[in-house]
Amino acid sequence: MQEAELLSEEKVFKDPVHRYVHVREKLIWDLINAREFQRLRRIKQLGTSFLTFHGGEHSRFNHSLGVYEIMRRILETFEGRAQLSRRDKLLCLCAALLHDVGHGPFSHSFEKVFRFNHEDWTRQILIGDTEINRVLRTVDDQFPQDVSEVIAKTYENKLIVSLISSQIDADRMDYLLRDAYYTGVNYGNFDIERILRVMRPHEDGVVIKLSGMHAVEDYIMSRYQMYWQVYFHPVTRSAEVVLRKIFLRAKHLHQQDYAFSMEPKHFLPFFREQISLSDYLALDETVVFFYLHQWREEDDEILSDLCKRFLDRNLFKYVELDPRKFLQVEELRKLFADAGIDPMYYLEVDSTSDLPYDFYRPGEEQERIPIMLLMPSGQLLELSRKSEIVESISGKRRFDYKLYFPMDAVMALPDHLSGPIRERLGVMQDV
Amino acid sequence: MFRGHAKILRLVEVLGEVTGRKKLHKMVYIAKKMHLEFDDRFEFHMYGPYSEELSVRVDELCGLGLLDEQKESKGAIEVYRYTVNEAGRDFLRHHNVDLGGGERLFKRLNEENSRFLELVSTIFYFDYLPYDEMKTKVFTLKSKQRYTEEEIQRGLHFIEELRQIHIQ
Repeated sequence: MQEAELLSEEKVFKDPVHRYVHVREKLIWDLINAREFQRLRRIKQLGTSFLTFHGGEHSRFNHSLGVYEIMRRILETFEGRAQLSRRDKLLCLCAALLHDVGHGPFSHSFEKVFRFNHEDWTRQILIGDTEINRVLRTVDDQFPQDVSEVIAKTYENKLIVSLISSQIDADRMDYLLRDAYYTGVNYGNFDIERILRVMRPHEDGVVIKLSGMHAVEDYIMSRYQMYWQVYFHPVTRSAEVVLRKIFLRAKHLHQQDYAFSMEPKHFLPFFREQISLSDYLALDETVVFFYLHQWREEDDEILSDLCKRFLDRNLFKYVELDPRKFLQVEELRKLFADAGIDPMYYLEVDSTSDLPYDFYRPGEEQERIPIMLLMPSGQLLELSRKSEIVESISGKRRFDYKLYFPMDAVMALPDHLSGPIRERLGVMQDV
Repeated sequence: MFRGHAKILRLVEVLGEVTGRKKLHKMVYIAKKMHLEFDDRFEFHMYGPYSEELSVRVDELCGLGLLDEQKESKGAIEVYRYTVNEAGRDFLRHHNVDLGGGERLFKRLNEENSRFLELVSTIFYFDYLPYDEMKTKVFTLKSKQRYTEEEIQRGLHFIEELRQIHIQ
């Protein structure tokens, strides 16, 4: 390993969540200035949530700096307590900073339609021919690969991996606080200062001193609330459904040799599923918005209508769905088609679920690495065995199913067509 | 609607029963690596490639009353056994799911135990690495399983056998 340089003086970023993000390492400074990292300024952290919570416009750039700052503070806490070399610490900081670098625009919608994982792109950005790779290689030739493995959870040092990916890690702590701050909700708040003070290194991962148990309980409940109140908000999900349908329609039109008024050259590699790293990096949310504006003027009525809905926030409405009645959805699909509303683009079941905390099931899949409490005796105890609050929600997955459709289009139909649809949807005229 | 769910249901129906969540995850991951179409995304976890999306799908299928889950204690560990019930078979009658050549592949995979499938899926996961680096990954990340070099060789031969099944 080369001797990593320090900056001549510390740089700071003003940050509304952590007050300041401190940068002392030249390596970190150079990574922040790499073009692939700057691209994250143009990718929103919460995707379509800004259509529900107008403050939720913050970017993955903000979040990535925040995760880095939390990691920097954890390493301060671990000073003298953990056997971490200077290279290990740089590895932790770089993995924290770069863990989301492979995200694309509106990842959740985009990845579903174009069938790829942003994790694969993260790896390619770290080990491919990029500015980030060149900066990482100033540490040593193996370093980019090691950063990639920490993020992919295949690195051999479990403590380092657990700081980035576990049920209480730097990533989650930052996004809960940050998303709560920007969306303006209260439920994401928890006492991070306390948690950082009671984190301790252990060979199999980070553990929490017993005295910090209540702060961790608060963190887990915050997470539970944020998922159901913010991340799974039905309007946000509606916007995601509309966006998915836009991408799907554009892809289908391309497959049908439709003549777009302007060639969607940024999208062509995605339509063809032959995407190079430079194609991937060229697409950010500013580019996607450019095409949404172009496509709203297209002759294709479906593509144009969907883009108008997204840009003007005239989203789909929804009804709660009992998924056991799947045959009724099939009937509705037929009624929509008979009424001239293409169900492929205008009727969608969206399901979501969350498991707020899970304990360890030895030997079986679906387990998560549990949060362990460090007892005064020095022994470790799994959190839900000590905390009644956490025990009450452990291992309990909650599901939610909704059926999305354009209410205005249904209501505009003649009665003989809209009546049967409304009857099956269980919606009245004045909804 | 629920096409991904129907595929998993059909997989279990074809096999009669699947013993172990681990086994189910590894079979679907290996099938994906053999270019069968499954949407579930995988990442590396404690027992190798694991899909949170597949876990959710299976939980949903159980919650919807289409798949039966039985928990069995085997010494210190618990194993989950899955079978398709009558409601599940009815569901499949409304969803035309054909696994095609995948049926033979899954039947062959089901003949192996989950420990071996864990090894095979881990080999697949690191298939972008040269042999020696892949082997090091297996030995370090799967140290508790104590795989031997002979088992890795058997895993590689097994992958070749699977490719023949899938091509035929």
